[in-house]
Amino acid sequence: MPSIILGRLVSLILSLIAASIVIFLVLEVVPGDPAQFMLGLNATPEATAALRTALGLDGPLLERYFTWVLGLLHGDFGISYTYKVPVSGLIADRIWISLPLAIYALALSTLIAFPVGILAAVRRNSATDVGIMGATQVGLAVPNFWFAMLLVLLFSITLRWFSAGGFPGWQDPLLALKALTLPAVALALPQASILARVMRSSLLDTLGEDYIRSARAKGLSQGQTLWRHALRNALIPVLTIIGLQFSFLLAGAIIIENVFFLPGLGRLVFQGITSRDLIVVKSVVMLLVFAVILVTFLVDITYALVDPRLRRATR
Amino acid sequence: MALLDVKDLQLSIGKFPILRDIDLSVDAGEILGVIGESGSGKSMTALSVMQLLPFGATTSGSVKLDGREVLGLPDAEMRKIRGGTVGMVFQEPMTALNPVKTIGDQVAETAMVHGGLGRRAALEVARQTLERVELPTSRFPLDRYPHELSGGQRQRVVIAMAIAMRPKLLIADEPTTALDVTTQAAILKLLQKLVDEDGMGLLFITHDLGVIAGLADKVSIMRQGEVVEAGPTVQLFRALQHPYSKALFEASSHVPPRIPPAVVGGSPVLAVDNVVREYPLPRRGLFEKRKVLRAVDGVSLRIEKGENVGLVGESGCGKSTLARAIMALEPTQGGRIAISGEPIDPKKGASFATRRHLQVVFQDPYGSFNPRHRVDRLVSEPFHLLGSAAPSGAERSKRIARALDEVGLSATDGEKYVHEFSGGQRQRIAIARALIIEPSLIILDEAVSALDVSVRAQVLDLLAELSDRLQLSYLFISHDLAVVRSITDRVLVMRAGKIVEEGATEEVFRAPKHPYTQELLAATPNLEAALAKREAAGA
Repeated sequence: MPSIILGRLVSLILSLIAASIVIFLVLEVVPGDPAQFMLGLNATPEATAALRTALGLDGPLLERYFTWVLGLLHGDFGISYTYKVPVSGLIADRIWISLPLAIYALALSTLIAFPVGILAAVRRNSATDVGIMGATQVGLAVPNFWFAMLLVLLFSITLRWFSAGGFPGWQDPLLALKALTLPAVALALPQASILARVMRSSLLDTLGEDYIRSARAKGLSQGQTLWRHALRNALIPVLTIIGLQFSFLLAGAIIIENVFFLPGLGRLVFQGITSRDLIVVKSVVMLLVFAVILVTFLVDITYALVDPRLRRATR
Repeated sequence: MALLDVKDLQLSIGKFPILRDIDLSVDAGEILGVIGESGSGKSMTALSVMQLLPFGATTSGSVKLDGREVLGLPDAEMRKIRGGTVGMVFQEPMTALNPVKTIGDQVAETAMVHGGLGRRAALEVARQTLERVELPTSRFPLDRYPHELSGGQRQRVVIAMAIAMRPKLLIADEPTTALDVTTQAAILKLLQKLVDEDGMGLLFITHDLGVIAGLADKVSIMRQGEVVEAGPTVQLFRALQHPYSKALFEASSHVPPRIPPAVVGGSPVLAVDNVVREYPLPRRGLFEKRKVLRAVDGVSLRIEKGENVGLVGESGCGKSTLARAIMALEPTQGGRIAISGEPIDPKKGASFATRRHLQVVFQDPYGSFNPRHRVDRLVSEPFHLLGSAAPSGAERSKRIARALDEVGLSATDGEKYVHEFSGGQRQRIAIARALIIEPSLIILDEAVSALDVSVRAQVLDLLAELSDRLQLSYLFISHDLAVVRSITDRVLVMRAGKIVEEGATEEVFRAPKHPYTQELLAATPNLEAALAKREAAGA
């Protein structure tokens, strides 16, 4: 087990290095000069050049790359071109919305998907199964921003249970959670639909395995067979999807953040791109890549915990 | 009163009748062998006793277990019987155990469910039971996972799960079919021991007449959902009544008529010299040097034109790896391979011109065809080896028709898809595909192992006839010694990557020199020898 963690750590670091190079190079070739953008159309070439030097944009490529990476390692993400404040501060403010929102949505999605998927698998081809499969089909087809607007119409405007948007801050955690509830539900619906379908098909495959028959031949009931033998074996594909979904929820919530006026990471990147604030874009993208790689790492470790065949036998 | 008494058992799934009027009985301490080919209903009979039938199955008649009727018993009652009064062992030891649970837990579970024991006490039962199936805790700790054990060891764990509560009846459904002969012999011995020690009844299902003759006290022969003949083992086999039983008996020891190949000069169709195939093993430590596994360790062999050569050995001995190396599907790390005098480049592989001399037929008649292609396309696939010389139009259709005709199918079969054919017919299609470019050598890698005995006899006849008529050479790879004996001129015995014995087939079988060959032959079930031994014991 320790050797697996070590091996995965090495691949984690290599992935991060590769990702940093790609991100840096891609943003080098993106059209649009931040200095030009900041000074507006009427700026003189001299002024633009002076600003470029001030921003450290005209050094050699390699030097700028290493300056950036070393800064990242120290938590120094640079100064935003447009906000004129440290990028680290901008990110810190927003990650306290995006991260809890992603975890909240993922928790909801898992809590819905597991029982629903298991129920559908156990009652295969019954009316329950057909109903669940139909509902998840709808969940997949409905765009989440539209669903979010329906939620706002019902719970904020008609019932007045939740506010329609905005974020009050974490001074009152209950209030903050309440503000994140509708966005989390809107995000969780399609994710739960996918997860429930994966759970169902994975469990159905597992229930057809020979060792399930062996367990029944031992005298276990169908329920015992499900809990003790089938579920853990069915978990591997489900874990893969959960890992992918978390990465998506962290960065992909931008539309929902817009619907609910939440100042999250998605909105920060979006604003950074439109105002050519490339240093913000670069830093946030790097942070998201780090999150994705970290989640993948955790999922890999969980695989090994779930399935002994993936712990390379050392005895 | 018999321990298990099945009377007039009928079973249908949906509208399809599966079993008709099945009668059989097993007494305490008695072994009943049930024989039949695939689809004969032998597994369904076993599952009826366990009431673990597929969805939509309906039964009638009577299945009495220890005097108690089990048909129609509610599941809560059946659960006490399964694993308690009756244990069951299945065919596939590789998949019959839960991969994420330790062997100790899996055996202990039976004791926890039935004995109401706590985990600690149940693990003690598991320890004792694993000891009984000859997996001592000193060498096989309870916290081992199934993937750390071999097939034979896993089957012992499955048996331990089934006998942990000392059931009155054990049902074993082809428990040794997936195992090597020496492992099979050891498992059969273990089952016999458990029957003798516990006075347990054993319902043993198999397709192998040799196995049943050595083990069972009485035998029922099944065909298409019916018992066609039943009786005490020796009397039954010595005086078979039903035409199907007789045909089955004949087919199981069938020897196809063959003409010994004439010695012809010229370069051998296959020359393998000192070939080595190594696999790097996974690193143990981060900085440790990688170890290698020599799957094929300096093997040499030669096949002349028209000659049939057998290659026998147990799973993992390297015989399939050798075959893949000969087909240039795997790189070799040493030695030379030449096909019809043309050497194969170990890096670039064989050229099309060389490859056309060599074709192959694999074991699984279900997995070796693309299900979306028509048979004529499948059969004509090797034509691409001919490049621009490949026949087209009417000539191509003529060659396809001829190849299908040669394997006993008709030209119109070319318009069908493989799912429309039975296993035996599919293996004929595979042979047609190999024949179509007139190769000099066909590698038959367990080509008849998945077939029922009667179908296997037909395919062997076909292979022998083709070899005689077309001067074809075969490299016949199999774990089934009886089949190899019936169709080859020369045989090679392989073990741990090396050829340990080589010689004319009859000589090797009559007087094996290497201890491993002797062990293999002794472990091979032999119908005639088993019957003779029983008669001697009875007399």
